[in-house]
Parts: sequence; structure tokens; C-alpha cells
Amino acid sequence: MAKVLEIRWHGRGGQGAKTAALMLAEVVAEMGKYVQGFPEYGPERMGAPILAFNRISDEKIHIHSNVVNPEIVIVLDATLLGKAKITQGVGEDGIYIINTTKTPSEVRELLGLDDGKLFTVDANQISLETIGRVIPNTPLMGAFVKATNLLPFDEFFDKVRGQLSKKFKSKPEVIEGNLEAIKRAYQEVKSE
Amino acid sequence: MNNRVALTGNEAVAQAMKQINPDVVAAYPITPQTEIVQFFSNFVNNGQVDTEFVAVESEHSAMSAAVGAASAGARTMTATSSQGLALMFEVVYIASAMRLPIVFPVANRALSGPINIHCDHSDAMGLTNSGVIQLFSENAQEAYDNMIQAVRIAEHPDVLLPVMVNLDGFITSHALDILEVLDDETVKNFVGIYNPEEFLLDVKNPISMGNLDMYDFYFEHRRQQVAAMEAAKKVIEDVGKEFEKVSGRPYGLIETYKLDDADMAVVLLNSAAGSAKGVVDELRAKGMKVGVLKPRAFRPFPFEEISTALKGVKAVAVLDRAETFSTLGGPMFADVRAALYDLKNDIKVINYVYGLGGRDLRLEDVEQVFNELDEIVKSGKTDKVVNYLGLRE
Amino acid sequence: MTSGVGNPCNKNFGQGRRTKAINSDLPWKELTKAGNIYEPGNSNSYETGDWRTLKPVWNEERCIHCLICWRYCPDASIIVTNEKFDSFDYKHCKGCGICANVCPAHAIDMITEEQQPLKKKEAKKDE
Ligand code: SF4
Ligand code: SF4
Repeated sequence: MAKVLEIRWHGRGGQGAKTAALMLAEVVAEMGKYVQGFPEYGPERMGAPILAFNRISDEKIHIHSNVVNPEIVIVLDATLLGKAKITQGVGEDGIYIINTTKTPSEVRELLGLDDGKLFTVDANQISLETIGRVIPNTPLMGAFVKATNLLPFDEFFDKVRGQLSKKFKSKPEVIEGNLEAIKRAYQEVKSE
Repeated sequence: MNNRVALTGNEAVAQAMKQINPDVVAAYPITPQTEIVQFFSNFVNNGQVDTEFVAVESEHSAMSAAVGAASAGARTMTATSSQGLALMFEVVYIASAMRLPIVFPVANRALSGPINIHCDHSDAMGLTNSGVIQLFSENAQEAYDNMIQAVRIAEHPDVLLPVMVNLDGFITSHALDILEVLDDETVKNFVGIYNPEEFLLDVKNPISMGNLDMYDFYFEHRRQQVAAMEAAKKVIEDVGKEFEKVSGRPYGLIETYKLDDADMAVVLLNSAAGSAKGVVDELRAKGMKVGVLKPRAFRPFPFEEISTALKGVKAVAVLDRAETFSTLGGPMFADVRAALYDLKNDIKVINYVYGLGGRDLRLEDVEQVFNELDEIVKSGKTDKVVNYLGLRE
Repeated sequence: MTSGVGNPCNKNFGQGRRTKAINSDLPWKELTKAGNIYEPGNSNSYETGDWRTLKPVWNEERCIHCLICWRYCPDASIIVTNEKFDSFDYKHCKGCGICANVCPAHAIDMITEEQQPLKKKEAKKDE
């Protein structure tokens, strides 16, 4: 079976984890890869911890089970750090991208992690400054591109612009805000 | 291919419906089918289709309105899930008995109780005896393709039966997946213009439909339905071949995956078949001769094709995402075992009920099934015929 | 097993034949599809008159030709000619008695089928 990259998003209902997973999938799909994006539906309510997943591959993806051993974990809400099973099923080379004001080493201590690569970014602040409200999902995509180094940033950026332009035809300020947020997160993401 | 798009299963189905541009859609929303109706009513609202959309107050009414519209001569669709299909139940039987080519996607979801909104096949399996054709879809691509072919199958003069297009709730309906869509013109030409030979609004040729049958006619008319179902097998294959010409994607009554030289096989429907293919790839790399059989049509049941495809294997596991409470496993198990009975050989057939109420089918689960089949082949003994996969024992 | 080309079942029997012959001697392949009926007004050929246990009879002398019976008859079995009561359609009249009940002039009697010849005999006796 072709190598399939698996991503798990941790968020809370209403924060846009599902939207981010689907948007990332759409963008990656446009870049010519095979991709899946799907949420885990639990009790659907605002604030409840939720999961969303991506699979990315150069070949057709057959499997439809939940992602249990992700290579990449993205956390949209720092308050989940102590609660959700952030590190569950993640291998030694796992990449963690966390929306927080803390530094990677502070988060490492909080999670009790010995391995993996940690990245942090203050996506709340970035989205507040660029988009005008706290929507951490788009900036986290920028952090994802930087942390994983899987996709060329310029091409990714262009495709996101295309996607946003389709979705927010009548609101150019939303498009620019989101693009700025992605760019800033790409630049500001901190590693150890 | 430049027609490659990223869509969820529900988006893909709605997209197919948009391109088919049916005359009438009567539907009521229910999770996880809601988005199909929502997207499609947007198309209606934006004038992207010519469809008369009937917003009804229940699924019973949805299918009833569909029966009325189809009788009148309209190309008609509805869509539902779970409890909605259960509420439709009696009208589905009427639609098939009246021989109305209504096409309806079903985003498969468990039936209450206990209350649950997630995927299993209890809803579709509740209507296996209703006289509707049932197609199953592994992913968004197949859901899209099945919708388009369903129109041609349903309306074929040798068939004239409703077609239910199943896709797994959430797993397929809500997951973004990559698929290739056809251009509008291709779909338009493929489905063609619907010219029913007889319909209620044909004032020049008056007709009474849905008439009362007593014991002196009912049986004969039921027999006609069986003949239509039998004829549907060839039509499903023919339409599949024709669809391959425009799409490059082959479709038949069943799909086999690495089955030719396999010693062990699993039989399963919808998205789980995809996961099983992934496991088969891994196990093949380890030297195990394993394969997958995925029935695309469950009604009519492709007995002949299944027994031919499984003739060479030593052990088969049928995976059912529904329970029958017969105490002899799931619904597909009974049919597959019956299909193999006439071969009169020594194929061991066992059953696993899995994934009820949306329980995830993990890759390890499928691997475990193959390992157990391997044991059976080696020992020549079957300990337990009916098993539960992924259940806390 | 039956499927594939040449299978006699690969025909939608009855479809398109528009046969008018619907009777319970026909085999299933010769009946119309789904029991569809292609003849308009075919209920005329379904004679419900033999369902009757009581029969309406008309008393011409009492009748004031108000045609209330015609309006009420659920089986359209009151035959009217030139806006006047003419006769009963006994092939279809089910003998429900509604006409007798609504007639303001008591011009309709419900009698048993045997009673009629009996009454006639009595009438003869009276002569
Ligand atoms: S209702 Fe009585 S009176 Fe009037 S037309 Fe009929 S039979 Fe004559
Ligand atoms: S008895 Fe009934 S069916 Fe017969 S004529 Fe009177 S109303 Fe009509």
C-alpha cells in the first residue's frame, strides 16, 4: 500500500476543526494528491471536544476507518492539552502543532512527551489581528505547511487563495484576512 | 484527469442529482442525509435545475409524493436515512409494486433503538424484501456513479423498479474524498430524456394505476416483479458497461479485488470494502493469498456471480453491518451461504457482524478476520460460525 | 439458475401490450404490468348488481321527479331521461337503499328479490 500520511485535529465544537480538515483536503487535492477529510461525529454541541482527520497520499486511498496512528496532530485549543488524548497512537516521529501562547518546551512538559517534534503558534492572537475574531483554523494551516515541510508554501498559498475566493466571493476582506493569518502563522510558528 | 474534484459523499450525490436534473424531488431531511436535500434545494433555488422540489412533512409523504409524481410520468427522486426509511417502509412496497422508477439515495444509518445517528446497514436491510433494487457504494465516487446509472437501470423497460443507492452515513456522506465527475453534457446524454411508455397524465391513453388486486391477481403481479428483478441483473451489467465507456470506470453486479488466486476472501458492502482492500494489500505483501468480494447490487442478489467468484477459495468470511436476530448472523451471510450451497464443495463460510451503530471497523479487525480464516484453512475446522467483530466480549 | 441473455425472464411481461383482457384465467406473463388498466370507464363492465340483497322498486304514481334519489345514489344507478326519473340500473345498483331513504315522496320501496313476483301475484289476486 502506498504511504498514507495521517493527520488528527483536536478542537472544540464550533472552532472549525472540521472546516479546517475539509479545507486542507480541498487545497491538497488541488495540488494533485489523493486526500480524505472527515470529522468524528459525537454529541454535536458547541464546546465539546471533537476530532477531525485527514489522509494524504500520492495514490488512491481505499481505507475508510478512523485515523488511530496519526503522523501529525494539530490542536486548535490549548485547554484541550491536559484533557484530550493528544498523544494517543502517535509514533516517535510524530509532529505536534499546537495553538497556544506557550513555548514548545512548556507544552512538552505539559504533555509529558519524550519524543516527537513540537511546534507552537499563537493562532488566536494572529486570527484576532488579521481576521478580526478568534478563528484559529486557517492560521494553523500555515503552521502545518511550515512544520511538515510537505508542500511548497507558495503553491499552497495560491491554492488557498483560490479556495477562499470561491467561498467568500462577496467578502474580499475575509479572503485577505485569512491569507494574512496563514502567512503570519507560517512565519511565527515556533519549534524547539 | 482534470475533472478530479474533492467532494463529500453528500455533495457528490447532490452533484449527480443536479446533473440528472430530475422533474420532481420530494424529500424530508434527516441526519446524515440532510445535506443532500439541502444542497439540492439550493440548486433548485438558484435555478440550476428545472426540478419541482416538494418539501413534505415526513418521509411517508416524501415517498407518497414520489409515487404520485412518478405515476404522473415525471422522473422522480427522493432521499433519506434510517428512521426516515423506516417511516417510508409501506410506500416503498407500493412504489415497487406499481413499478415506478424512483431513484433514492440512502445515507445508511443505524435504526433506533437505542437512539443512534451513526452508520450501519439496518435501514437498507429492512427493505431487502420490498422489491426495490439496492446498489451499494464504497465511496463518494461510487455514490456519484451509482446515482447516474440508477436512473437508467430504474427506467429500463425490462425493469421499471425503484432503485435505492446506498452510501455509508458519515463515513462516506460526510467525508471529503477525491472523485472524478463527468461533465454536464455527458451525464445529460447518458441518462437521456425520460419517455415513460405509460403514465397517468397521458390524456390520450387513459390508464388506472395502483388498482386493487385480490387473490386471483396479486400473486401473478408479484411474480412479474420477480421477473423484473431478474431482468435487472442484465440491465445493471449493461448499464455498467455503457457507463464505463463514458467514465472509464467499470461497474457490474459485484467487484472483486485480488480474488483470482485467493485462498481466503471477505465479502462486505460499502466503505468497509475499501478498508478491506487496504488490509489485503498489506497481507499480500506478507505472502497471504487474500482477496475481497464487494457486492454492488444486493437486490437483486447476484447469486451466480458470487458463487463463481468464490469457487476457488477455501474459506470465506461474510461481514454484515446489520443484525437479523435470526440467531444465525447477518442478512448477507444467509444469502452468500445460500449462493455457495449449490457448489457442493468444502468452502468454509463464517460470519462477522461488525460496525453496528457506527462502531469503527479498524484495519486490525479485518486483519484478525483473515488470520482466523487462515486458522480455519489450516485446521479444516470451523469453531464458530457467527462472530462479532470489534465487540467488547 | 436463470439470468443472462435468452432468459425468458428478461422481459417485462405485460408492459406495453395494453391488453384489455384482464381475467383470472390469464397466466402472469399475459397480465398487464402491475395490474394497470388501459380501458377508461371500465367500472361499467364490473357488474355489482349481484351484490344486492334488497332491490329498489319505483312507484310511478307517487314520484314527483325531484331527482333527489339521482343525486344521492352512490353508484349512479338512477337512470334519468329528459330530467325525469326513468328507471334503475339493476346491473350496478347494490341495493343500499339510500334512494328509498331520501325520497321525499316515499316513491321507492326496498323489497327482497323473491318478494317481487310474490307482490305481483298478490296484485293479481286483488284484481
Ligand atoms: S327521490 Fe323519489 S320522488 Fe324524487 S325523483 Fe326519486 S323517486 Fe321520484
Ligand atoms: S339502492 Fe342504492 S345503489 Fe340502488 S339505486 Fe338506490 S341508492 Fe342507488
